Order: sequence, then structure tokens, then C-alpha cells
Amino acid sequence: MKAAVVVFPGSNCDRDLTVAFESVGCTVHRVWHKDTELPPGTDVVGIPGGFSFGDYLRCGAIAAQSTICRAIQRHAERGGYVLGICNGFQILTESGLLPGVLLRNIRLKYICKRVTLRVNSRNSIYTDRYSVGEEIDIPIAHHDGNYFADLETISRLQGEDRIVFEYIENPNGSCANIAGIVSSNRRILGMMPHPERAIDSIHGSIDGRRMFQSIIGIYVAV
Amino acid sequence: MLKPGVLDPQGEAICHSLDAIGFDDVTSVRQGKVIELDVAEGTTRERVRDMCDTLLVNSIIETYTIDME
Repeated sequence: MKAAVVVFPGSNCDRDLTVAFESVGCTVHRVWHKDTELPPGTDVVGIPGGFSFGDYLRCGAIAAQSTICRAIQRHAERGGYVLGICNGFQILTESGLLPGVLLRNIRLKYICKRVTLRVNSRNSIYTDRYSVGEEIDIPIAHHDGNYFADLETISRLQGEDRIVFEYIENPNGSCANIAGIVSSNRRILGMMPHPERAIDSIHGSIDGRRMFQSIIGIYVAV
Repeated sequence: MLKPGVLDPQGEAICHSLDAIGFDDVTSVRQGKVIELDVAEGTTRERVRDMCDTLLVNSIIETYTIDME
């Protein structure tokens, strides 16, 4: 399985995400934001956390206009898989691949701590190895993770079982305690918590590991 | 400006701070931003609107007005 991890000026989780993909046997190519195409045969694109373009204008807004994001849009239109974590989630909403927007945290503070998430759906290649209702510990590290969308969008996400992760204790003011959502075809996941920072016992939690095992699992299974 | 109904915690913090230093006649604060563009002669309002819709404004949460001079 081939993964591409995108690097923007200001990305700071690209190596961690690469290590996480490699830990389950993926071949990983890191691609630069000025690249115009993904490596041929890319199965899944990882958009890492960080502060692309210094979070100027709005988090993810400038990255969403990059040439690599146009390639990611074409990949998504072909039914390709995309995983956006933290700043990656912000870039996915700014580029219109996922609905809603990430606002400043409700208490205006940058929050860096481990939080507990509830897994709401197994129906995605990212959550297949979890069980519904399971609680997992994953770190967050963000200033703008307050998920907002209008009521109609929120109820559509709920009705279509697309809120795959929610916070047990809402740290940032997100609508409906949303920590992560998938696209309507369930192939694009955006989430604020960092599963790639919970794959080794030295991280203090290994609850993120099964996400990467889930991703590789669909290829091993077929 | 943020649309009505979009929570503005920064505006609320400003409101609290004003209240704390004695400006207790302020009942709410909404914070926005101003972006100044120097543009080439002949740039139309439509062109600027296109810039807003493509990059400068996120229409999910924000509204905008254009002043040209």
C-alpha cells in the first residue's frame, strides 16, 4: 500500500505521520506543496498537523490553494483515500473536501493534552479495527479545533453516521462534541486529535495504532 | 465579519475585558478583520469579489463588504 504525506512550510507532524504509516508496512512518499501530482499509485494521502503558512489568514486557507491540494482534490474525485489530522483537518475543510470549519478554541487557549474519544462508527477504513462505543485516549494539540457547521450540516453528519469520533469531555467548544468526521463516501477522514502520536507504548497510549492497522487492513483482507 | 450565530469567543473576551476596566455599558462585542489590497488600475469590484470568494473569506462563517477608493 502506498501513502503520500504532504509537507507544507510549517508542517510539523509529517515525520510522525510517515513513521505511523511505515509502522504498518506502508510505502511512504513525502510530497512538497508545490508538487503538481501525487506519486503514481498513491492509495492514501496523509495531510499532517502543523501550522502551514503560519496559520495566516485562516488555518489551512492558504495551503488549500496549493498545487498539491488540487492534486488531492483529483485523487478524492477518483475515490481516493485522504486522512487529514489537526492542520490537515483544517486544510480539508478549507478546500471543501469536508464540510464545516475549525474555529478558535472556545476558551481561546492552545490545548495540548491527552483526551478521551468515543468511536461512533466502524464504517470507514480508518475505524474498522475499533468497536462502536469504545473509548480511546489520543492527544490533541491545537488552538483552532472548535468544529462549527450549521445545524442542517450537523444533523446530516449525525444522520449519515459520519461523526466517527467525538470527545467525551468537549475541550474546545466543538459542535456536537465533534472530534472527527468522514466524507459522504467515507473515504476522507478529518480529525483534530493526533492518532500518529499514540502508536507506541513510549507515547503513553497505543490507541491510535489500530487506525493505521485498519487502513492497511483493507488491503491485506482483499 | 463573523456571521450572526457563529460563536465569537474573542469578541466575548474583549467584552469581558472592557467590562472589567469599567466600560460596563458594552453588552456584546463581535470582532472582524480588515484586509487592505493595493490593486492595479482598472481592477473591478467583481474581480475583488472573486478574490474574496476564492481565498479571503470563508463563507461558512464570514460575511464581507468591499469598499473601493
